[in-house]
Amino acid sequence: MIIEIGHFALVLALVLALAQAILPLVGAQRGIRSWMLLAKPAAIGQFAFLLVAFLALVHAFVVSDFSVVIVYLNSHSSMPLLYKISGTWGNHEGSLLLWVTILAFFGALVAVFGENLPPRLKARTLSVQAMISIAFILFTLFTSNPFARISPAPFEGEELNPLLQDPGLAFHPPMLYIGYVGFSIAFSFAVAALIEGKVDAAWARWVRPWTLLSWTSLTGGIALGAHWAYYELGWGGWWFWDPVENASFMPWLMGTALLHSAIVVEKRDALKAWTLLLAILTFGCSLLGTFLVRSGVITSVHAFAQDPERGVFILAILGVALGGALTLFAWRAPVLKPGGMFAPVSREAALMLNNLFITTLTFVVLLGTLLPLIFDVLGLQDISVGPPYYKWTFIPISLPLILLAAVGPLLGWKRGDLSGALQRLWGAGILGVAGIVVAAWIDFGSEVMAALGIGVGLWLLAGTFVEWAERVRLFRTEFTESWRRMRHLPRAAYGMTLAHAGLAIAIIGMTASAAWKEEVVRQMRPGETIEIGGFTYRLEEVRGVRGPNYIAEQADFTVLKDGEFYTRLYPERRQYMVQPMPTTEAAIESHFFGDLYAVIGESDGAGAWTVRIYEEPLVPWIWTGAIVMVLGGFVSMSDRRYRVGAPSRQPAAQPAKA
Amino acid sequence: MHRLFFILPLVVVLVLVAVFWRGLDPARNPASISSALVGKPVPPFVLPGLTPEMPGLGDADLRGQVTVLNFFASWCAPCRAEHPLLKELAAVPEIRLVGITYKDRLADSLRFLAELGDPFAAIGADETGRIGIDFGLTGVPETFVIDRDGIVRYRLAQPIDEARLADEILPLIAELTR
Repeated sequence: MIIEIGHFALVLALVLALAQAILPLVGAQRGIRSWMLLAKPAAIGQFAFLLVAFLALVHAFVVSDFSVVIVYLNSHSSMPLLYKISGTWGNHEGSLLLWVTILAFFGALVAVFGENLPPRLKARTLSVQAMISIAFILFTLFTSNPFARISPAPFEGEELNPLLQDPGLAFHPPMLYIGYVGFSIAFSFAVAALIEGKVDAAWARWVRPWTLLSWTSLTGGIALGAHWAYYELGWGGWWFWDPVENASFMPWLMGTALLHSAIVVEKRDALKAWTLLLAILTFGCSLLGTFLVRSGVITSVHAFAQDPERGVFILAILGVALGGALTLFAWRAPVLKPGGMFAPVSREAALMLNNLFITTLTFVVLLGTLLPLIFDVLGLQDISVGPPYYKWTFIPISLPLILLAAVGPLLGWKRGDLSGALQRLWGAGILGVAGIVVAAWIDFGSEVMAALGIGVGLWLLAGTFVEWAERVRLFRTEFTESWRRMRHLPRAAYGMTLAHAGLAIAIIGMTASAAWKEEVVRQMRPGETIEIGGFTYRLEEVRGVRGPNYIAEQADFTVLKDGEFYTRLYPERRQYMVQPMPTTEAAIESHFFGDLYAVIGESDGAGAWTVRIYEEPLVPWIWTGAIVMVLGGFVSMSDRRYRVGAPSRQPAAQPAKA
Repeated sequence: MHRLFFILPLVVVLVLVAVFWRGLDPARNPASISSALVGKPVPPFVLPGLTPEMPGLGDADLRGQVTVLNFFASWCAPCRAEHPLLKELAAVPEIRLVGITYKDRLADSLRFLAELGDPFAAIGADETGRIGIDFGLTGVPETFVIDRDGIVRYRLAQPIDEARLADEILPLIAELTR
C-alpha cells in the first residue's frame, strides 16, 4: 500500500511540476501577479510529494519488502540497516528518484528563501526548474519506475552489491547529486535572466550561494568517491580517469569556473554573457555525466545501468535542455549591456584567464572521455585513453593555472600591479623553487612533472597565506590592529583562503602519491616479512572472521619501524554470502607523510597468501585538502552579504541594510 | 561575426548530441568495444578439468577447428539465463563448444551442470580467475568465438541472447567454417 502511495505521489508531483512550469512563466510574461505567485506553493508542494515518494521507497527497503523489484534485486534481510537505507540509491531507479527529489528540494529552497528576489525573475527561475523536473519525473515513470512490483514476491532478496556496502559509499551518491543537481539552479537562473534580457550584480549575488553549495557538496562527494576507491578496491589508487569519474569531475571544473566568473559579474558587472554560458554549460556537464553513466554509451568499470533505451531518453533531455538554453543564449545574449572595462593586468583579467584555463581543462577531460566513442562511431579503430593522456595534457595545462591562483587575489580590480604582486610573493617563490629542487633531488630526473607539481603546490599554499597576511597587515602593524582586521575580514575572503589552501594541500598529496607510490606483491606465509618504505611488515597469521552477512579471512600484520613495534594491520578479504563475490578491505594506517596500506589476496591453498603492501606517500594530504576546501565552501556560504539578503536592484531607492 | 560566437556553443552541443545519437544505435554493441583481444591469438593457458576424470582445457585445444569459448560460474545468475542458448550452440555440428568456470568451487560447478545439463565438450576450471585476467574478462558470462588458427574473432561481454545468437554468432560461425 505504501508503495502505491509513493507511486501516486510521484504522479502528483508531475502534475504540480506541469503547473509550475507553465503558469508562472506565462504570468511573468503577461504581468499576471497571481500566476507568478503560484510558483512558490507549487515548488514546495512538488518537493513534498517527491519526498513522500522517496520515503515510501526507503520504507520498502527498510522493511525488506521484496515484492518491489528493486528491493528484491538490491537488498537482503540480513544487511545492516545503514545499507538497507543506502540500497535505496544503490541502483538506477532509486538513485534517479533521489535525483528528482533533490532537484525539487532545490526548487523549494529557492521558493522559500528567495523572498527578496524580484517576482518575475523568481517566477521564471522556478518555471525553468519545474521543466527540468518534468523531464526527469517522466523519465523515472516511463523507463525506470522504482515502484514496480513482482508477483509472487520472493522470500529473500539478492543483496546490494557487496562493493557498495560501505559507509563512505552510503553518503557518496547523495552528496554527488546535491552537487550535480544544485547546478540546475544556476542553469534556471541563467535561462530566466536570458528571458528577461538582464544580468547585473544582484543576479550574480543570487546565483552564487547556490553554486557554492553545489560546488562544496560536489567536492565532498568526489573526495568520498576517491577515498572509497582507495580503500575498498584494494588497488592502492584513488583516481583512475574512468569515464564515470570524469563525469563527476567535469561539472566540478565548470562549477569552479562559474564560481570565479560570478565574482566578476557581482563586483564589476563584466563577463556577463560568459557567466550565463558557464551556468548553462555547468549543468550541461551534470546532464552529460548522467547520460554517460546511465546510458551504456561508454564502457566503464562502474557504469551502472547500461540500457540504450534509457540513453535515448536522457539524450533527448540533454538535447532539449542544452539546445533550448543555448538557442536562447545565441538569440538574447548579444543584447546584454556590456559591463565594466578592465586592463589586461587586473583581478578581472586574472579571473578571466582562470576561466580560460579551467574550460580548456574541462575540454581536455571531455575529449579524453569521448574519444573512444567518437573513434568508434566514425568507424575508426578502437582506442582507449588512459592516464598517460591526462598526464601530458591535463597536468601541464593546470600548472600555470595554479601559479595564477596565487597571483590573482593580489591584483587590484580594474588595473593591477603585477610586479608589486610578484614582489610580495617572493617568499612563496623561494619556497616553490625549493620544493622543486628537493623533489628533484629525492627522485632525480625520473619525474619532472612530480617536482613541478610539488613546487606549484607549495607556491600556492604560501601565496595564499601571503594574501591573507597582506589583508590583515600581519607583522606590518601592531598585532591588535591585525587581530581587528582578522575578525572583520569578510567570510568570503576566508572561504577563498581556505579553498585555495585546501587545493594546494591536495595537489601536493596527489602529486607525491602519483609519482612515488611503491608496491610489493608477493606470496607470503605466516612468519615471513616484507620491507617497504622503511617499514617491516610481518605476517603473524590469517584467521577466519564472521560479519553480519559475510565471512572473511583476516590477516594479522605486525609493522616494525627500525626494529621497534609501530602498529598492527588487519586487512580482510570478504566473501559475502548472497553474492559470492570477494571484496577486499584494505588495512590503512595514516601518518603525516603517508599511509601504510596492506591488502590480503587469495590463498594458494597450501598455507601462503598473495599479499600486496603499498607505500602511499602523502595520500592523507589529499583528504585533508578536500576537507579544507569543503570547509572553505561552507565558510564562504556563511558570508554576511548572503545572509542579509541580496541587494535591491535600485540601490538608490532603498537605504542599505548594512 | 560577433554574433557567430554566441551561436558556436549551440553548434558544438548539437554535434555532440549527434555523435551520442550514433553511439546509442542499438546495432552498435557497446559491450564489444575495447576488446583488445579480437584479432589476436588466444593467450596461452592450461587448466585442469572439474574432476580428475574430466578433460581439462588448454590453448592448444582451441586450434584446428572453430571453437566457442564460454566463461561461466555457478554463482552467476545471467549464466543460468543464457544456458539454454549454449545448448543450442552445442548442437551446431561445425563447432566445438568449450567452457571455463570462473572463480567457482569445483563442487558448485559440477552441481550447476548436473542441474542444467552439460553442453560443453571440455571444461577448464579457473578457480583463481587468473586466466580470466589474460582474457580481459569484465565479468561472467563472457563468450569468445575463436577460429581454426586460434585467433579470437569475437567477444561478447554479456549474456548471449536470441538476437545476438541469430544475428552475430551463428553468421560468424557460418563464415568461419566455410
